Amino acid sequence: MNRFDYVRPATVAEAVAAAAQPGSAYLAAGTNLLDLMKGGVMRPARLVDLARVPGLDVIEALPDGGVRIGARVRNSDLAYDPGFARRFPAVAEALLSGASAQLRNAATVGGNLLQRTRCAYFYDPASACNKREPGAGCDARDGENRLHAVLGWSEQCIATHPSDFCVPLVALGAVVEIEGKAGRREVPLEEFHCLPGSTPERESVLAPGELIVAVRLPGEAASFAGHARYVKLRERTSYAFAVVSAAAGLRLVDGAIAEARLALGGVAAKPWRVPEAEAVLRGVRPGAEAFRRAAEAALSEAQPSGDNAFKIELARRILVRALTLAAAGTPERLPALPASPHAPHPGVSLHG
Amino acid sequence: MAELASSAAHVRHGSSIGQPLTRRDGLLKVTGQARYAADNHPPGMLHAALAVSSVARGRVTGLDLEAARAHPGVVAVMTPENRPALAQDPDEKAGPFVFRMELLQDDTVRYVGQPVAVVIAETLEAATEGAALLAPRYATEPVSTGLEDGEAFVPPAVGVGAPAEVRHGDVEAGLVAAARRVEAVYETPAQYHNAMEPHAVVAAWEGDRLFIDTPSQGLAMAVGRVAGLFGIPPENIEIRSPFLGGGFGSKGAISGPQVLGILAAKLVGRPVKLVLKRDQMYGPVGHRAPTRQTLRLGVDGEGALTALHHHVRTTSSRYDDFFEPSGSVSHTLYASPAIATTSDAVRLDTGTPIFMRAPGEASGSIALEGAIDEMAAACGMDPLEFRLRNYAEVEPTSGKPFSSKALRECYAQGAESFGWSGRPLAPRQMRDEDGLLVGWGVGTATFPALMMHGQARAVLRRDGSGLIETGAHDMGQGAWTAFAQIAADSLALPINQVEFRAGHSGLPDAGIAGGSAHTATAGMAIHGAGADAIARLAELAMADQRSPLFGAGNAGVVAREGRLVRRDDESRGESYAEILARAGLDEIEGRGTGAADQAAQQHYAMHAHGAVFAEVKVDPELGQIRATRLVGAFAAGRIINPRLVRSQYYGGMIWGVSFALHEAAVVDRRTGRVMNANLGEYHVPVNADVPSLEAILVDEVDPHVNALGIKGVGEIGITGSAGAVANAVWHATGVRVRRFPIAIEALLGQP
Repeated sequence: MNRFDYVRPATVAEAVAAAAQPGSAYLAAGTNLLDLMKGGVMRPARLVDLARVPGLDVIEALPDGGVRIGARVRNSDLAYDPGFARRFPAVAEALLSGASAQLRNAATVGGNLLQRTRCAYFYDPASACNKREPGAGCDARDGENRLHAVLGWSEQCIATHPSDFCVPLVALGAVVEIEGKAGRREVPLEEFHCLPGSTPERESVLAPGELIVAVRLPGEAASFAGHARYVKLRERTSYAFAVVSAAAGLRLVDGAIAEARLALGGVAAKPWRVPEAEAVLRGVRPGAEAFRRAAEAALSEAQPSGDNAFKIELARRILVRALTLAAAGTPERLPALPASPHAPHPGVSLHG
Repeated sequence: MAELASSAAHVRHGSSIGQPLTRRDGLLKVTGQARYAADNHPPGMLHAALAVSSVARGRVTGLDLEAARAHPGVVAVMTPENRPALAQDPDEKAGPFVFRMELLQDDTVRYVGQPVAVVIAETLEAATEGAALLAPRYATEPVSTGLEDGEAFVPPAVGVGAPAEVRHGDVEAGLVAAARRVEAVYETPAQYHNAMEPHAVVAAWEGDRLFIDTPSQGLAMAVGRVAGLFGIPPENIEIRSPFLGGGFGSKGAISGPQVLGILAAKLVGRPVKLVLKRDQMYGPVGHRAPTRQTLRLGVDGEGALTALHHHVRTTSSRYDDFFEPSGSVSHTLYASPAIATTSDAVRLDTGTPIFMRAPGEASGSIALEGAIDEMAAACGMDPLEFRLRNYAEVEPTSGKPFSSKALRECYAQGAESFGWSGRPLAPRQMRDEDGLLVGWGVGTATFPALMMHGQARAVLRRDGSGLIETGAHDMGQGAWTAFAQIAADSLALPINQVEFRAGHSGLPDAGIAGGSAHTATAGMAIHGAGADAIARLAELAMADQRSPLFGAGNAGVVAREGRLVRRDDESRGESYAEILARAGLDEIEGRGTGAADQAAQQHYAMHAHGAVFAEVKVDPELGQIRATRLVGAFAAGRIINPRLVRSQYYGGMIWGVSFALHEAAVVDRRTGRVMNANLGEYHVPVNADVPSLEAILVDEVDPHVNALGIKGVGEIGITGSAGAVANAVWHATGVRVRRFPIAIEALLGQP
């Protein structure tokens, strides 16, 4: 690990000032950053620890019925906040399907948005990675890539963004509040992450030194609460990243879909909202045929980036599943295995 | 160190064997007081970190020694240039199970993760950073990484010196004559042991005496290897290994990195601690090699096997030999007039594969059980009925009778508990209330009842207490408890009256803790040592005119709860303490040996057996699988401690689930790098993956395996289980997946 400065500012302004120095990185829980530093993957010259910055760990109800979530709110605290989980159940479900209980107790909202890809070649300094070292090449492109991107990838990078949390957030129109030297600005989450193109090292629109202070969900996002689900496919029942995942929210009026919100996870370098699929569903009655059409629209641009063509059909199917479950209505209580296709039937014991 | 607990619940008069005692070391472990190797910090200790190769084949052409040495806290950098001399070439092959080691003998790189230097520093952080600063440069050569690479050859032997080819009857004729044939190719991936506790060593030299704390499944072998390498007498070496955080075969022979820690301590003249990082465990400490297995089966019109051919393609390293003996299960399990097992292998640029829990049996079982299931389906027979139709009354390839075989009872009890009789014959017939596909599968479990060679020492003391010593190994399986139970019975004392010492190289050699043979081997040694001590005490008493046992010679005496009594009149007797006191002795000693009975082995085939029934649920559209229920019924001779044995079966069954559904090293085919060398991405089951497990202990009395009737339980649980899960996936979906672990995409074809 490289030598680095460690500073612990007392206010947001101090933090932003401290991070103005090139090579700075903000430290929240460090569940991703510290591993990357130990592995020599990231080598920040300065860590700006946000632990003492007040006000970043608040979940705040907004007058419009929305919610403002401080960047340092822990995953578990947010998922188990009864008001939040009631109004945004798919977000709570996504949070609880991620990582392990220990990690969720530490990991934060801002850190979740900014977590790095899980592409093994990115984590392995002996492999070529354009994201880690621009211009070095991409060993994933012809490597072990069955879990890599099928949407929005480039020859330079086929990595995916691994977040569960971001998938329903982007579907529900979340907004990222950002503090920088020039003051505060806001960016829709949908525009927050960058596709790799020829600059895969650039993963978000954050300028150097800018800090996420909060994520906001608008009041209208709560209008999907009755029909909102997150579904995640993974290679073991817990503590695994998504092979693919999907969030679906429906606003039903008189039995027809007034508005649909849909996003995919594990398929691209960003949480992948699919407005074209949402458009297919507008005004139609929920049903298998309509859901399949929406899924076809959502994946119309998908291309395998390696041994992962199966993810395209899988993504279609998981969208159909998420829509089917959403149409059936959000369950009263979060399933014991959140987001799992193996969530037990209500009233059935997990232990069979 | 705090004491091992013997709570009041452990006091038992009569037989301790058979009691479900809790682990005597349990309290130490759950309170963090159990001292593992890396918990030792002798005064003056330094920390060592390995620099390992990032390429699979070639030479190290440069190391940035200046940068590493200049790093604050770094004391020394050990490379081939300054590594202390060894008395023995680490590449010398003194025997088939003396494995070659990479001990910085030269600049050659044999595999990814090979140690190329050791940095020794005042702190772990400084050593780690120093190792990173070395930034090795390489001259690389083309690498072989997969089963297709390179020229296949027939190895001289597989597994532990077993023949690479076994032929019984005429397989080709049997296939020609068959009414039905099945040919299927199964593939299993490279797997890594991933013990919770990484390989660790704390080494301290005092002149030419050497003190080592390190986890070991084979203390005496480790002493011998280290003595040979360093050219010092074995008695100068003391290895302490009271607890292992799992071994699974990877701690059977001392590994290169452990020896490098000892070398580092010699280089700097201070105690040194070296602990492998998790990703460093994917190279120099062994793995289970990948296999491609071709099964050819024929049956007659009644569903009886006419031929079984099991061919295994596996891999070893380019520089040493270990060949996964996957064909062995086919020698034993199913009756057939013609059975052949054949093997070939290719050499890859990997670390040498080694024993990994049920080596050969695990990988072979999942393939054989799959092929048997395929044939049952081809015959339109229930897979359990098919297995019973082909039940082996004698060991098929040898023709020997089994020393005992309660497999029919295992099938019956397992099927009953599982509810197997309700199983529809055709696949894809069952759904649960959520619409998930449900499938049921069965697999037969088998593992040989082996014995190593072990010794024990027993002492009866004047205060009436006893002592048993043997250098046994507790890898987590419960040796501290099970052996104490055998020890208590061997001396006819309550368990809290017997001190049991183990986990130390200064004690009698208990034999390697492997091959599921440790309880039988060390247990028999303890049993013999206790009996010997009692016999000596009895001689003393019977020869003493002042003893009530005087002259009992013809009738004999028996030991009961700290007393010797006349066999023909139990009212006449006296305590051990009285006998020793009158003789003026502080203690009396006995010795015992545990070893296979060669004569019995000539006459009998000795195996444990079991039947595992699995239920899986599969999402019909999404292909996600979950093993929802497993019932295993196992017969393994006498059970010393049913609680611990049940845990062993659970652990084995979970390994089976892992084998079928989760576990694989993802190897980059271009470089040989393991791309998931961490516990986040190398998937083993979490609790949610094994919601319901039942292990049934089927009674079995075996008069031939050894006097205690113990067969061993450590590995059998994987066999059968993996196949049962895979067969259940077929039954749920109608899709026969022959490549493990079963991937989601394999099940997406048929929505």
